[in-house]
Amino acid sequence: MQALQTQIDALIVKHQNMPGALLPLLHAIQDNIGYVPESSYTHIAKALSLSVAEVHGVVSFYHHFRTHKPGSHILQICRAESCQSMGSEALEAHAKKCLNVDYHQTTADDAITLLPVYCLGNCALSPAVMLDDEVYGRVSAADLDSLIAEAKV
Amino acid sequence: MTIKVYIPRDSSALSMGAEKVAAAIALEAKKRGLDIQIIRNGSRGLYWLETMVEVATEKGRVAYGPVKVKDVASLFDADFLNANDANVKPHSLSLGLTDEIAWLKKQQRLTFARVGITDPISLTDYLAHDGYKGLRNALQLSAADIVKTVTDSGLRGRGGAAFPTGIKWKTVLGCEATQKYIVCNADEGDSGTFSDRMIMENDPFVLIEGMTIAGIAVGATQGYIYLRSEYPHALVALNAAIASATEAGYLGNNVLASGKAFHLEVRRAAGAYVCGEETSLLESLEGKRGVVRFKPPLPAIEGLFGKPTVVNNVISLATVPIILDKGAQYYADYGMGRSRGTLPIQLAGNLKHGGLVELAFGITLRELLYEYGGGSATGKPIRAVQVGGPLGAFLPESQFDTPLDYEEFTKIWAVLGHGGIVAFDDTVDMAKMARYAFEFCAIESCGKCTPCRIGSTRGVEVIDKIIAGKDTVKNIKLVRDLSDTMLNGSLCALGGMTPYPVLSAMNHFPEDFGISKS
Repeated sequence: MQALQTQIDALIVKHQNMPGALLPLLHAIQDNIGYVPESSYTHIAKALSLSVAEVHGVVSFYHHFRTHKPGSHILQICRAESCQSMGSEALEAHAKKCLNVDYHQTTADDAITLLPVYCLGNCALSPAVMLDDEVYGRVSAADLDSLIAEAKV
Repeated sequence: MTIKVYIPRDSSALSMGAEKVAAAIALEAKKRGLDIQIIRNGSRGLYWLETMVEVATEKGRVAYGPVKVKDVASLFDADFLNANDANVKPHSLSLGLTDEIAWLKKQQRLTFARVGITDPISLTDYLAHDGYKGLRNALQLSAADIVKTVTDSGLRGRGGAAFPTGIKWKTVLGCEATQKYIVCNADEGDSGTFSDRMIMENDPFVLIEGMTIAGIAVGATQGYIYLRSEYPHALVALNAAIASATEAGYLGNNVLASGKAFHLEVRRAAGAYVCGEETSLLESLEGKRGVVRFKPPLPAIEGLFGKPTVVNNVISLATVPIILDKGAQYYADYGMGRSRGTLPIQLAGNLKHGGLVELAFGITLRELLYEYGGGSATGKPIRAVQVGGPLGAFLPESQFDTPLDYEEFTKIWAVLGHGGIVAFDDTVDMAKMARYAFEFCAIESCGKCTPCRIGSTRGVEVIDKIIAGKDTVKNIKLVRDLSDTMLNGSLCALGGMTPYPVLSAMNHFPEDFGISKS
């Protein structure tokens, strides 16, 4: 825990003088340690002359930020209209069933966190999913199975 | 002789396995002792043909697609690297000369002139394909003349609001301030749209050039690109391009030795749809919750950190270089009515041939859906299309002859928005789509104004009753009342336009709500 805070403090020092520093800082923290621990709010607030409530307000406003450690991989399934027109609802149901989780939950083996996403910009190749930083298009249930299997290795 | 092979690095191409195809082609060439150079170009936007591999020949590039890893060996067996040899029988995936593919040839690519042709992060390539001509011309003009050129071109905000770009610039130019900003709205959150992503991944320099021209025009020295977090590949491409542009003197304290400064930085958004609204975007850039601001003051007068700020969409800014290169009239000669120039249209959803079609305003939806889109992907009749993202109206078949033009769409109570077209086949349940529109608004509402914050949740509840067949007539009336409140009482377009998909679904497809057509 101490090591984590040291890492976060270093990121705070690196970002605190940027104009509008809070979002870039939160991104840096999440990129480096996978989430934004609530225990870091006081340090962030102090460095940026904000209240803890303001930091909490920003973290909780944006869907991208999370306050708990996610699984080793993040699987996002697009729920937006274009993907709906190509059967994403069935794909969502399939993913939830075979991972045995609902959205915003992590599989029992900590391998995959399932998240909804509203458009990945891959709408000509719907339905689309994103595994970590890679997008996949025209995804069938079988494609999703192999993606999940690969991620779990 | 080294043969050039082009394999896209665009994320939609990657979503169809372009990375693996590139690796397989490199490996196969090595195995066979063939001398090839693989260039990772942008995508041409014929997405159903991705991964589309192109080979440079004397007559131009020859395309193959959709190429999968399993096709690679057979491509080499068919001598695809020597496609122009008359004795070579073309591979079954051969599409002939890329420039002759009808889908591409009929387009009028101005903003997308280089997309798919160049290596996106090569400044040399950009310069070899007319890059930075616009900025060089702009540097010869007075600030007021640059703004006048943009105004005369008729360019209107391509983010969706269609406000004349030149007028916005003029307001900022007219403000006295110690600091002004150019902000690029790259928070492309509308379902069915990907043209911003394509520009940023496939021709990032054109956006950088457009923003630099904007900075020089209005006297802003700092630019920010507010990029959605769902676009990691665009982030990499933009940062690489900004680094080379800075190194070569196209950005920095002394742009092309003009004595004028312009600095550029990419800032990542964090997955809030409402931050596509310009004032909430500015709040977010300032490091706050993306809560919508009251207007006035306009961002042009009091924008980022309270300073005069130009906020433009990616496509608007990326169109500026060609206007400054070829002149206002050249651009204004395209289009119809008050919709001048071209629109990068995105064909999405249930279509056989989805992708990027840039054309002058005036083409009809029907032409786009059938001549370009090839009809539905599932082979069933197209029942509805949603134009302009999640806040756009649903249009029935009887409105497919509407030409793409801002005013023509307004006449049928619809919007063009950012030019995304999502098609649905006859299995779509429009009551479900109306419910989703309210649900999306509830998820994404910033919470500042009541019609949007509360109305969206109440909307979901009432639609659920309609779907359950409970007091249908009474509840339809309730949805209409609620929509009226949201339309007229919301602070921004999120709450203010959610009634577009809801009411259009109800008006055009009443049978899905359990009421008769009359």
